[in-house]
Amino acid sequence: MAVISRGFRGRREQEPRLPPGQYLERGFPVLSAGPTPRADLASWTFTVTAAGAELASWTWDELQRLPADDLVRDIHCVTKWTKLDTSWRGVSVDTLLEGLPADEYRFAVAHCDGGYTTNLPLEHLRGGQAWVAYGYDGGPLAPEHGGPARLLVPHLYFWKSAKWVRRLDLLHEDQPGFWERLGYHELGDPWREQRYWGD
Amino acid sequence: MAAPLEEPPGGAPGDEPADEVAELAPDDRPYRLGWLVGTLVSRTVETPTAVTLELDVPGWRGALAGQHVDVRLTADDGYSTQRSYSLASPGSMGLPPGAVAAQRIALTVQVVDDGEVSPYLAEDMRPGDQLELRGPVGHWFVWHPRDRRPVQLVAGGSGLVPLASILRTRRLAGSRVPFRLLVSARTPADLLYAAELARPDPGVDVTHVWTRAAPTGWDGRVGRVGATTLREACFPPDLGAHVFVCGPTPFVELVADTLVDLGHDPELIRTERFGPTGEVTR
Repeated sequence: MAVISRGFRGRREQEPRLPPGQYLERGFPVLSAGPTPRADLASWTFTVTAAGAELASWTWDELQRLPADDLVRDIHCVTKWTKLDTSWRGVSVDTLLEGLPADEYRFAVAHCDGGYTTNLPLEHLRGGQAWVAYGYDGGPLAPEHGGPARLLVPHLYFWKSAKWVRRLDLLHEDQPGFWERLGYHELGDPWREQRYWGD
Repeated sequence: MAAPLEEPPGGAPGDEPADEVAELAPDDRPYRLGWLVGTLVSRTVETPTAVTLELDVPGWRGALAGQHVDVRLTADDGYSTQRSYSLASPGSMGLPPGAVAAQRIALTVQVVDDGEVSPYLAEDMRPGDQLELRGPVGHWFVWHPRDRRPVQLVAGGSGLVPLASILRTRRLAGSRVPFRLLVSARTPADLLYAAELARPDPGVDVTHVWTRAAPTGWDGRVGRVGATTLREACFPPDLGAHVFVCGPTPFVELVADTLVDLGHDPELIRTERFGPTGEVTR
């Protein structure tokens, strides 16, 4: 039974697109565990590996030449804010995995500049659900928001949308990433409020 | 789904230097975070816009210094909302039993204009009133008394809250690890825990930065933190201090970037940010 906080009324925003426990945010808060890394686009690459062995790699210019999607999505941060209708430009993970033996694998870990990692079941990265995004709101993606490029997996809590992403490693076994080792849920579905271990 | 609950994460013991491994729970095993009931025991006015709430929380299992909790408020018709708040109280983990009152925590709440939760917590809540919370959460922005590295704390505004938890934990642990705190506040009236910071704390050097107005007799500059202040007030990069930076996003971005420019190892810098408009008051 819920405990009532005497005299609390609240803002009572009626928004069916808000997952449980989330509130509407109109700004774009920044949450990172360390300093914002500096990227040099001349030497930047995005690589897909399988258990560490390279399958494919793109330079910054090559990534820009791949077919890109423009999309508008709601994003949900585990720290409780939800931002509606954010607009992004990026390359679908489906496009990046085309022609690669991805069907042999069930899991993936995204690796980032600065050492951040996050793990996802591959089925949550395929089928038009995930992108390597480099554009936000009509312009380039700002460094503090993950630029030059971040993973974008809007149907999961936003820590899965790894900032400063450089590599996607395909794996047979699941392998917890940075926050997943530090108490956060292994999948992170906001509609099931999977914030922490055991949720 | 349950696999991560069955074994402690982080790999085998000895994978990392001891001072890098955050303790996860009193028994060092991950556990499910259920909702607990917190009852307000006392409130202390810290500044005109910030209040410390002391809560009695049956079932609370302790925390590391620097962690936060999720707070849930429910209205009498069932409407509810959640926010995160940093713990101001010391972390009990790594301290001798009894060093911290069991099942007691303190949160310092900075009122956010137009906030949904902070005005209730800071202005309306009275002793005996209840809320729900779960935690501790965040096993990264933490300090453990067994950590032997020097520690540099850099606080902007209410970003001082988790850093105060770290300082209080150091004091209770009797740690002699050298600490420095650089704390930026708008004016002396806005500074949290002013009396506590003014008391001598051996091994802890405190440097103040005032961005709008300084105390009478202040002989330093008034203005924002920049490279000169960070070079002069912080431990030099070659000391290899752990750096904890907490405050509004632009403050944390500037401080962390400048510290990296000055030669600090990015891997030793841990950050906690809030804003620009979020009510994550830390």
